[in-house]
Amino acid sequence: MDAVRTEALTKTYKDVVAVDRLSLSIRQGELFSLLGLNGAGKTTTIKMLSCLTAPTRGDAFLHGKSIRTDTAAVKKLIAVSPQETAVAPGLSVRENLELICGVYGFSREKQDAKIAELTALLGLDSVLLKKAGKLSGGWQRRLSIAMALISEPQILFLDEPTLGLDVLARSELWEIIRSLKGKATIILTTHYMEEAEALSDRIGIMKDGRLLICDTVDALKKTAGAESIEQAFVTIVTEGVK
Amino acid sequence: MRALPFAKRVAREILRDPGTLVFGLGFPLVLIFLLTAIQANIPVSLFEIPDLAPGITIFGLSFMTLFSASIIAKDRESSLLARLYTTPLTAGDFILGYTLPIVPIALAQCAVCYAAGILLGLNISVNILYALLFSIPVSVFFIALGLLCGSIFTDKQVGGICGALLTNLAGWLSGIWFDLSLVGGLFQQIAYLLPFVHAVDLVCAVIAGNFAGIFPHIWWVLGYAAVTLVAAVLLFLRQMKKQ
Repeated sequence: MDAVRTEALTKTYKDVVAVDRLSLSIRQGELFSLLGLNGAGKTTTIKMLSCLTAPTRGDAFLHGKSIRTDTAAVKKLIAVSPQETAVAPGLSVRENLELICGVYGFSREKQDAKIAELTALLGLDSVLLKKAGKLSGGWQRRLSIAMALISEPQILFLDEPTLGLDVLARSELWEIIRSLKGKATIILTTHYMEEAEALSDRIGIMKDGRLLICDTVDALKKTAGAESIEQAFVTIVTEGVK
Repeated sequence: MRALPFAKRVAREILRDPGTLVFGLGFPLVLIFLLTAIQANIPVSLFEIPDLAPGITIFGLSFMTLFSASIIAKDRESSLLARLYTTPLTAGDFILGYTLPIVPIALAQCAVCYAAGILLGLNISVNILYALLFSIPVSVFFIALGLLCGSIFTDKQVGGICGALLTNLAGWLSGIWFDLSLVGGLFQQIAYLLPFVHAVDLVCAVIAGNFAGIFPHIWWVLGYAAVTLVAAVLLFLRQMKKQ
């Protein structure tokens, strides 16, 4: 079964079409990246799929549950790590994780086990008692992803997860994202071509709200007649798909 | 109850903010001591402690608007709210989570102000406990106003509107600093169309043991609290939908 299937998903804001008849399927366990220039519709797509904003037309099904009519069921399947770090700055790292455990109604035992597991996975031991607001961007991103993973989501949305991070922090986060592959279906938006190439099973390229193409890295390069994913992206976005 | 962990988080963030101590507790206390000192040196009765202490508690509650508005505006800007909207938390959980933890903070602030009042000569009586009880709807009004402002304005705007404008309005139009009848006219009429002076008159009547004197002020306070709460919930839901 597809983890995500969208059917002519459309979002308009007054006269602006943010997402235009988006139809795509993402397989279970796949790491799928959405690429595009600013305003291409990537974040709006994620917002619709995570029930943060309602589509104007069309629908999407996450594990068969409609984002229009079954939002409560969809919310149980997903977790989002937004573009901004979205942590509670006045709470410690542990308290942030406890907040999300509480929101999902975990017992004390389950909470402690989950926090121990995610602390180990994301290497948060050294900052567990530090205030989230005092952490560097890289640590806040790790915490943000840990908060998203607490509910054991079947579909994980990572919106620009390495935005603003230095090379080292980005590389460390890539390793973490790689380690999540297979545990959940991951949908990632990014501006970094090398990030999409390094992590993705398939890539979708959006422009002006429309999905131009959706394929593996090698197939995209072949279609565009390009040596690198960056060249392929530029060719596809500027010249379209032949 | 899913609202509880969220409420706990809101309480922690507010109580850990140094501004809470400075504005929520320090400023009202400084005012009580300062105005009492002024009263001791002027021939007219302007800041007598039986009226000053309850008046300052109401003024202090205006900072609850700043606290609730700030945390909501920050949560919106940091996308923490967007993250939490994708969890099973409902709109009711959010509203309870933002409102409930601030009520005990507000009552604690009132209690400290009355304690300072007792040190300065306010009679110890059970009426102080009743006054705390009657401060609850006033607190709800100010907290709901914060929910409303936090749903509309940015964190920066909240600082100006709730921190400067509202606290000044609550101060000048509540009759704490001077008897409104001294100005009279349109100023007094406008003041009595707003809830601040009614809230002060209400708690002053309770402290004085004049329970017949709580009317009609209680109706104004309850009315404003109810209307503001409904408006705040509607605006919060609107911004939630807009996300």
